[in-house]
Amino acid sequence: MGFLDIRNVTKAYGNVQVLHEVDIEVEEGEFLVLVGPSGCGKSTLLNMIAGLESITSGDIAIRGRPMNGVHPSKRNIAMVFQSYALYPNMTVAQNITFGLEMHGVPKSERDKALAEVAKLLQIDHLLARKPGQLSGGQRQRVAMGRALVRNPDVFLFDEPLSNLDAKLRVDMRTEIKKLHQKLKTTIVYVTHDQIEAMTLSTRIAVMFKGYVQQLGTPKEIYDQPANLFVATFMGSPAMNILPATVVTENGAAHAEITDAEGAPRRLRFSQQAMAQWAGRKVLLGIRPEAITDPEGADRKSGNIQQLRNRVTVTEPAGSDTFVTMTLSGKDVIARMRADANVVPAQVFDFAINMDKAVAFDPETEARILA
Amino acid sequence: MSAASQETAVSTGRVTRTFIYLVLLLFALYYLLPLYVMVVNSVKPLPEITGGNMMSLPQTFTLEPWLSAWSTAQIGVEPTGLKPYFINSILMVVPAVAISTVLGALNGYVLTKWRFKYDGIVFGLLLFSCFIPFQIVLIPMAVVLGKLGLAGSVPGLVLVHVVYGLGFTTLYYRNYYAAFPTELVRAAMIDGAGFFRIFWRILLPVSGPITVVSVIWQFTNIWNDFLFGVSFGGTRQPMTVALNNLVQSSTGVKEYNVHFAGAILAALPTLLVYIVAGRYFVRGLMAGSVKG
Repeated sequence: MGFLDIRNVTKAYGNVQVLHEVDIEVEEGEFLVLVGPSGCGKSTLLNMIAGLESITSGDIAIRGRPMNGVHPSKRNIAMVFQSYALYPNMTVAQNITFGLEMHGVPKSERDKALAEVAKLLQIDHLLARKPGQLSGGQRQRVAMGRALVRNPDVFLFDEPLSNLDAKLRVDMRTEIKKLHQKLKTTIVYVTHDQIEAMTLSTRIAVMFKGYVQQLGTPKEIYDQPANLFVATFMGSPAMNILPATVVTENGAAHAEITDAEGAPRRLRFSQQAMAQWAGRKVLLGIRPEAITDPEGADRKSGNIQQLRNRVTVTEPAGSDTFVTMTLSGKDVIARMRADANVVPAQVFDFAINMDKAVAFDPETEARILA
Repeated sequence: MSAASQETAVSTGRVTRTFIYLVLLLFALYYLLPLYVMVVNSVKPLPEITGGNMMSLPQTFTLEPWLSAWSTAQIGVEPTGLKPYFINSILMVVPAVAISTVLGALNGYVLTKWRFKYDGIVFGLLLFSCFIPFQIVLIPMAVVLGKLGLAGSVPGLVLVHVVYGLGFTTLYYRNYYAAFPTELVRAAMIDGAGFFRIFWRILLPVSGPITVVSVIWQFTNIWNDFLFGVSFGGTRQPMTVALNNLVQSSTGVKEYNVHFAGAILAALPTLLVYIVAGRYFVRGLMAGSVKG
């Protein structure tokens, strides 16, 4: 039994099932990120943990204490909202201590807790201000202060960074991570941003259409996506997906694809077991960073396949150069070093790290476990 | 060429503007004229008015008509002046405005932040009450007041006005709170605040503009109401009814100066409310009506 248990939880509004049998165990001190596109049910699940939405069936327990039907204020949780939800008529200090006041904590203790949190978040100088007089980043800090001051069992974050501009978002992301490392609190964090999910979490639950598609560490999610949705949702640019046919050559399984001219090309699979799929169609998934120039290829990889192909477009992005080519009739993006000598419309030798390649069953869209 | 056209543009603007100001001035005078007549004639001795000089300034200034209207004028059969009726009106209007505003705010709060099944229908019915003419409910209302033992009393009038005002105040507050972020309510719930605490500490402090609208609207309507007052007032009739009795009395000399003073006295409280809270009125009305 975990610290926060979500067991077979479902949610339905009338006949519309928005969450199907979610089953997650969160350990103490874990940073769980629920990620998915809008409408996938991630915020609903968070609200159910918070007690703001009822549970249709299943159980939620915190520290072994069942939470079904328990009022939000009695769950010992704290939540940071997307809009921060700071009370506009109260000062920062009043905002932070409102929850303690409601729980009947004496004034002297409230002041002590406030001072601690203010120091931790470096908002001492803002305590007398109203939320309207704060910048976005400062509001974010106050919202976190309001959550921290209660010293709750579980922190819930509902897309807390999506109202900030790009630069501040990256800064605050680091802040949140630092805070988590320092305080070792249990956090459930909802976002639609896969980079936030990857960077912050100890575990990720990728959600889509009310199902948890995959639950795992960021590395598992990235390197061994459970299905096509997880593969394409996580990572930017997205994983390249190409139709391919599995063939065997000298006893080894290969993926047969076509190059820009339509000529068949073969890439040897690292996974021997792919031979079981010989003669069948699969979807080959290759991450952009697994396609490089030969000099930039991963030296630790045991299976670099060279492929000569025509370049369609190059997009220098400063740190990397993105190169587009056509394989099996699809646009394929490769991530090269910034100084890779690639010229559009010319042929180029690409190095494909097949250790990192995955294959999906075109019918079930599940990853082929080989 | 360009210089010439520039000049014509300026002169056209000036002519137009002068015209606009003239028209505005004319309308302002037109609207102020009745007030002028009332004020001027309320401080004249009666012979000056009956002498045929309604429009001229008073030759002898006197406050006698005001004192008479306030405390000695014949209202119906009693020479009490308007004073007791003014007090009746105050005793009626203050609780009626306060109760209907508070209930409207609570309704708006529940209808936006504590949604329940069929809340749309409940709101629709409340809204519908805004369109029911006074006359239709006179008899049913009389029956209800009689059964409650409130007929002909100030509390009875308060009840009638609260019931009638609820549709409007609910509409105002519902639309205002619809634009209020629900996340704040949820945050307060997690912080441990209950239903009334959230209302009192989170929503009410930011409800200033819409409260001004509700108070002005309710105050004006209730203070100026005649029909309910005359129907259900009994012996505790409000100011409007007394003013009617003063002005419409058919015996003795018609004391126009006293009538004018009485009419101003009757209009004074609403005037005061507008002057004090008027500048928030439009702001609040916009805030409540545009969103939601």
